[in-house]
Amino acid sequence: MYGLAATFADAFALLATFDHRAVEIVSLSLRVSGSAVILGTLIGLPLGACLAVGRFPGRSAALVTINGLMGAPSVVVGVVVYLILSRSGPLGELGLLYTPAAMVAAQTLLVVPLMAAIARQIIEDAWQRYAEEFRAMRFSWSQSVTTLLYDCRHSLVVAVLAGLGRAMSEVGAVMIVGGNIDHATRVMTTAIALETSKGDLPLAIALGVVLVVVILILNAFAFAMRAWAMRRYG
Amino acid sequence: MFPLRLCDIRFQPNGRPVLDGIDLELGGEGITLVLGPNGAGKSVLLRTICGLLEPTGGKIDWGGGKRPELGVMMVFQHPMMLRTSVLENVAVALKPHGVPRVERRRRAERVLDRVGLLARASDSARLLSGGEQQRLALARAWVTAPRLLLLDEPTASLDPSATAEVERIVREIRTDGTRILMTTHNLGQATRLGDDVVFMSAGRVREHAPVQRFFARPASDEARLFIQGELPWRLNF
Repeated sequence: MYGLAATFADAFALLATFDHRAVEIVSLSLRVSGSAVILGTLIGLPLGACLAVGRFPGRSAALVTINGLMGAPSVVVGVVVYLILSRSGPLGELGLLYTPAAMVAAQTLLVVPLMAAIARQIIEDAWQRYAEEFRAMRFSWSQSVTTLLYDCRHSLVVAVLAGLGRAMSEVGAVMIVGGNIDHATRVMTTAIALETSKGDLPLAIALGVVLVVVILILNAFAFAMRAWAMRRYG
Repeated sequence: MFPLRLCDIRFQPNGRPVLDGIDLELGGEGITLVLGPNGAGKSVLLRTICGLLEPTGGKIDWGGGKRPELGVMMVFQHPMMLRTSVLENVAVALKPHGVPRVERRRRAERVLDRVGLLARASDSARLLSGGEQQRLALARAWVTAPRLLLLDEPTASLDPSATAEVERIVREIRTDGTRILMTTHNLGQATRLGDDVVFMSAGRVREHAPVQRFFARPASDEARLFIQGELPWRLNF
């Protein structure tokens, strides 16, 4: 019991003193996951909107695929990105394997289906309410998509948050394509896994606390923003 | 675009005749009220003219030419309100017309002034009252200066003062040169607004006559019974 208390005390001491190892790992995690979520937002939300509005051959298959990929194991995505970026892979010449860029690519692949699927559901609900008026106004397909994306912007925060949660909490893909290299590609989840296996629990706990706090703060922010939007726009 | 001729228009989803051979001709001016009991096919007729429903038979002749890409607008009983300002809700209708953003806002302000909502231009559209939302919907249609405006029971569920305001706006839109085709269940409104009446029942046009003649001497028994059903309501006032 004393050992556990001492471990937590050491962990909070690391946080209180802004331990440079912890700061470096947290900083890289935020940069990698933040970049992946930005890319995921730029790809996933329009993709979800297109699936919501579009009626084309193969749409049902596309929906099943997107929904299925939502739960794709991160290690599988990691292996796929690894194969693409490895020296003998199609993008091997770029030399991106074991760099933060590879980790961003893997996390982007992980979050795009999730964000697209959530966005599709949100936007399809709005589309069912607006479709007749959009068609009566002779909106083009792209005008419908952009107007719906803007109209659903407050609800789409949920999709962005879900993507961020998935990106920040996954460990398999970044471990495979990043390699968990100290001072280069070590992020919170891979560091927690490594330090726990080494028995260095204070750093693992400190990083775990940061991870949970970051996700809680972002959710609180999203909740507050949605509440404000409901009051402001109805 | 005019005269607009509907020739034997049929709409029969799953074989059920909702529109059962509509023949109708509309000139280029005035307000035509479409009357009829629930399920007569009034709203379906408007949606078919608007192009939202594809008729299963018949032909619509747009003054000898093709169906215009723009120039026909429709206002619904429950209009959509985008989660943005009143001004943006009106300006958005000009997107398909290729109007630049600044000019869209300028035209929207001008129309909002005419429907009495300029003071609320920056408010959220969803927070407007039912009557104000309907005025916004009319402004959204009006800002595009349509040749033909289709109104699907725009005053249903509005109180008398909101109804009067909507009727004033409809008259102004007509004065601007827009041809109006409007459905209503309100016979008083038909006499106040309409130049002519189309009476529908069971998916067919039973009568098309000037307003005064329709109410004074309805040609069909169905129209006479329909009017009589409303008479006690009118006599109360």
